[in-house]
Amino acid sequence: MTRLILDDVTLTYPDGDRTLVALDRVSLAVRAGEVRAVTGASGSGKSSLLAVAGLLQRPDSGVVRLDGDELTGRSRREDAEVRRNRIGFVFQQANLLGSLTALEQLQLAARVAGNRRQVTDERCRDLLAAVGLERETARRPHQLSGGQRQRVAIARALVNDPALLLVDEPTSALDSARSREVVRLLARLTHEQQVATVLVTHDLDTLDLVDSRTELADGRVVAAVTPR
Amino acid sequence: MFLALRELRSARGRFTLMAAVIALLSLLVVILSGLTAGLAAQSVGALDRLPSYRVALSAAPGQDGFATSTVTTRDVDDLARTPGVLEADAWGVTTDRIDEDAVAVLGAEPGSALAPHTLAPETLVADRSLGLEVGESVPIGGSTLRVAATVDGDLLNHLPAVWVPLDVWQSLPGSGGKDATAVALATDDTFDPAEAPDGLEILTRTDARAAVGSYAAENGSLTLIRGLLLAVSALVVGAFFTVWTIQRTADLAVLKAIGARTTYLLRDALAQAAIVLVVGAGTGALVGAAAGLAVSSKVPFVVDASTTLGPLLLLVVLGLAGAAAALRRVVNVDPLTALGGSR
Repeated sequence: MTRLILDDVTLTYPDGDRTLVALDRVSLAVRAGEVRAVTGASGSGKSSLLAVAGLLQRPDSGVVRLDGDELTGRSRREDAEVRRNRIGFVFQQANLLGSLTALEQLQLAARVAGNRRQVTDERCRDLLAAVGLERETARRPHQLSGGQRQRVAIARALVNDPALLLVDEPTSALDSARSREVVRLLARLTHEQQVATVLVTHDLDTLDLVDSRTELADGRVVAAVTPR
Repeated sequence: MFLALRELRSARGRFTLMAAVIALLSLLVVILSGLTAGLAAQSVGALDRLPSYRVALSAAPGQDGFATSTVTTRDVDDLARTPGVLEADAWGVTTDRIDEDAVAVLGAEPGSALAPHTLAPETLVADRSLGLEVGESVPIGGSTLRVAATVDGDLLNHLPAVWVPLDVWQSLPGSGGKDATAVALATDDTFDPAEAPDGLEILTRTDARAAVGSYAAENGSLTLIRGLLLAVSALVVGAFFTVWTIQRTADLAVLKAIGARTTYLLRDALAQAAIVLVVGAGTGALVGAAAGLAVSSKVPFVVDASTTLGPLLLLVVLGLAGAAAALRRVVNVDPLTALGGSR
């Protein structure tokens, strides 16, 4: 089942007198249970693709669909609602809130989505256990290693049972062993929970762990490897 | 308040410092309020105790209007005939001495609505702070009057007051040969001040406070200081939450990226500000009230809801306004910035 579709998406930015094309008629499809890596050099449009897929930015043209629903052309409020309930984000530096423990990071994400009752403490603890952090639930970000912080971020992204997981360079601050650990975990959870995962990365050493790959250059798709 | 409480716990040093600053400001505001009310009671206590609602003076209200006002018996009669006036009583106000103590001498016709009901011819009613005993004979001016009663809080211009019959008052050197200083009026709803005789200014009892010299001088200065303190409080709280919000910009971007409503974030941030304000201002108000109670026997200081809860609420409301102004930034945080190098 195809969960995410980007169809002929173009995104431009004003750049002085010129117009910078961040995404040039990009098309992409990600199935449930699939991790699709998006690679490319700096400025190739990887993060722009993530921003459009995550409804953080509106494309100039083209269509974004999630589970068959067209998501382009909606209000900001509706975009935020989709982000709350159907999309999970893992950011580059984990971006955990410094004042919260690992468990509270998940609890807050559930509250923000209005899922305070549905997402119990038990579910949060189970998710932290699933990422190997059952003993670190009461630790704050500064008490965790870089890899552990990313694992908390992955658990937080999954807490509201999203259809789509958008992951922005999760291994940029990790050594190669930790990087493989994190991507392997992402792949396992993606398969188990049948989410569609878009993994933006420049880390070519972990690509053997993903299901498919799209390579961007200057905002265009220059290579695509379909799922195995 | 999930996030608000946890941030308070996590950054307790910063918030404690902020609450301490608010507590000190609150302490100052409460002390000033208590002192202002205490001084006001000493300045216009006798005026506040009048049974009448309005006062007629011959001069426009200003610094020491009671010292310069002169009314005649004809003014009193004219006012008594004005529609809506239920009773018009001549009121003498001057100063004199009893033994060595300076006193405010208030003259009224015994049996009038204005006079204390215990006041009879050849008697006086004195403020208790003078230490006079009921039945004691007291020389005043050229007369000797018997103390009919003593009362609490009859003070004017920081002097203890004695009520004497109007004819005794008129014989005092301080009366300057006037019939009276002012007219106390009992009126009904149909009374229109514009229909009062020419040359008389009709004031409510509250407005008449400004015509008492000491009250106008003290109250104006202290109220200005209190107002400035409240303004400083709002600015300090606003500045603190501006810096705090700037420090949280990255967190706010992440929360917005994962779909947090702006109203959720604003509510949470305002709740945080309210907690800091209530704890800080409440502590300051409690300390201020305790200090006021401790010194109230030696210093003119009033501890009641208007000098403690009133300033406390005002401080919290103004602080929240300052915080709300600072929290405009929450609305403007772009969730896109949560993505590293989104371009």
